[in-house]
Amino acid sequence: MDFEPSSEQQMLIDQVRRYVREEIIPLEAKMDPDASELDPADYKRLTEKTKAMGLFGIDIPKEYGGPDIDIVTRVMLAIEMAQHRAGLYVPCYGTFGGAGLAQIFEANEDQKQRYLYPTLRGEKKPFFGLTEPSGGSDPARAIQTKAERKDNGWVLNGAKLFISGADRAQYGIVFARTDASKGRGGITCFIIDADTPGFHVRRVVHTLRSSSYATELEFKDCWVSDHQVLGEVNKGFAVANDRLTRQRIPYAAGCIGVAIAAHEMAIEWAKMRSTFGEKLANRQAVQWMLVDNEIDIRTAKHFTLEAAEKARRGLPFRIEASIAKLTASEGGGRVVDRSMQIHGGMGMTKDLPLERWYREMRIRRVGEGPSEVQRMVIAREILGSNLR
Amino acid sequence: MAMRLRLDKPWQPLTAETAARLPGQLGVYQVADGQGAVLFIGQAGARSPFGLRSELQREFAERGTGCQFRVEVNQQYRTRWFELLMVHQADHGSLPTDNAKNPPPNLGRLSPS
Repeated sequence: MDFEPSSEQQMLIDQVRRYVREEIIPLEAKMDPDASELDPADYKRLTEKTKAMGLFGIDIPKEYGGPDIDIVTRVMLAIEMAQHRAGLYVPCYGTFGGAGLAQIFEANEDQKQRYLYPTLRGEKKPFFGLTEPSGGSDPARAIQTKAERKDNGWVLNGAKLFISGADRAQYGIVFARTDASKGRGGITCFIIDADTPGFHVRRVVHTLRSSSYATELEFKDCWVSDHQVLGEVNKGFAVANDRLTRQRIPYAAGCIGVAIAAHEMAIEWAKMRSTFGEKLANRQAVQWMLVDNEIDIRTAKHFTLEAAEKARRGLPFRIEASIAKLTASEGGGRVVDRSMQIHGGMGMTKDLPLERWYREMRIRRVGEGPSEVQRMVIAREILGSNLR
Repeated sequence: MAMRLRLDKPWQPLTAETAARLPGQLGVYQVADGQGAVLFIGQAGARSPFGLRSELQREFAERGTGCQFRVEVNQQYRTRWFELLMVHQADHGSLPTDNAKNPPPNLGRLSPS
């Protein structure tokens, strides 16, 4: 497979690269190093620019008014968009717009009217409620939140953990067990309005990612009607699983972008900084670290573009998505770590973005399926589907 | 095990001396009137030259005598600051007076149990 960008792709890459360097990075120089939001006036000004670029709403399908960007090009752009301090989790501070949650595109027309279209217009924000205190890597078994039939609807009881944005959202997609006897075949996906009685955002969960927090949710006799079921009863696991697989490709791309930015900083520093009368770049120990960075980046980029290309062609890409996520999150972590080492004491300070990337990149080995789960997925593929 | 939700350390009088004794670390703080009504919840971020000390010295310079304060050293100053604002809003129905003048955009809502 040839992963060299076409001339059209290169033009878009150059456009986004210029935008990051000329618009985003200068703003960050004045912001708190842990900031994850722009001043509203800057956000408005910059979204006008991305609209003028024709790239606003970049993840919205064409039939819903989004730009017609295929997944390979999207990965190339995601690599560029992540190359700034907040870029791993908030690429370009959301100025390219959001598409909401992929699952909501599968909603019925009534649900689209109430949730999808307002989300695309920027009037509603969703959250994704899958992980529970009992676990997140194995949703088929870990989901203990129950939904029981009552009064032509469902009553939810249970808790969710590590849920981003639930305190600011107007609605969420929540997975609950509707048949305890059926394992993965007993999970249903519900759309829950944030003002539904019995829905509570109980606390903030602080993590390494100190720029933003997760939340813990509680459902206490939370009744919703049948109209809030997304898809079919007892078929929610497929909805969750599809997202988890697809999400791994852009997730990997973000790691690569940050790794590239850290690597470029390390190269610059090595060429400039002298110790004991010699530039760092002339020392073999530093050269080898830079070489290892280059190999980690190229490996992750290759596997991520390969996964994207298979997805673009409509081929199965589950194993490729896992390899991409694994190589990008683990390789990206190593690149940032080596780049900090090359920077010495300065690498540890909040003056540079490396320390934020180091903390946030660590989360990437767990988020969207930990490395061990990715290896399990790959092992099942190469050893046979009956391996449990 | 969840961390402590509310700041509940004893209040200290806000003076030039008490502010000068504070550490130069990152963290969050509250300023209250003489009766203990919270007026402002602030954060000492990485752009503060001497962290909590700088912020409370600035608060004293702006407010003068008669106020009280308490601090919490915290590397996660941003998320803790948002948390304290949301908890205050849940407890009192509104933000502290001086935060309400310039509320953070998109502040979330909590219903702590």
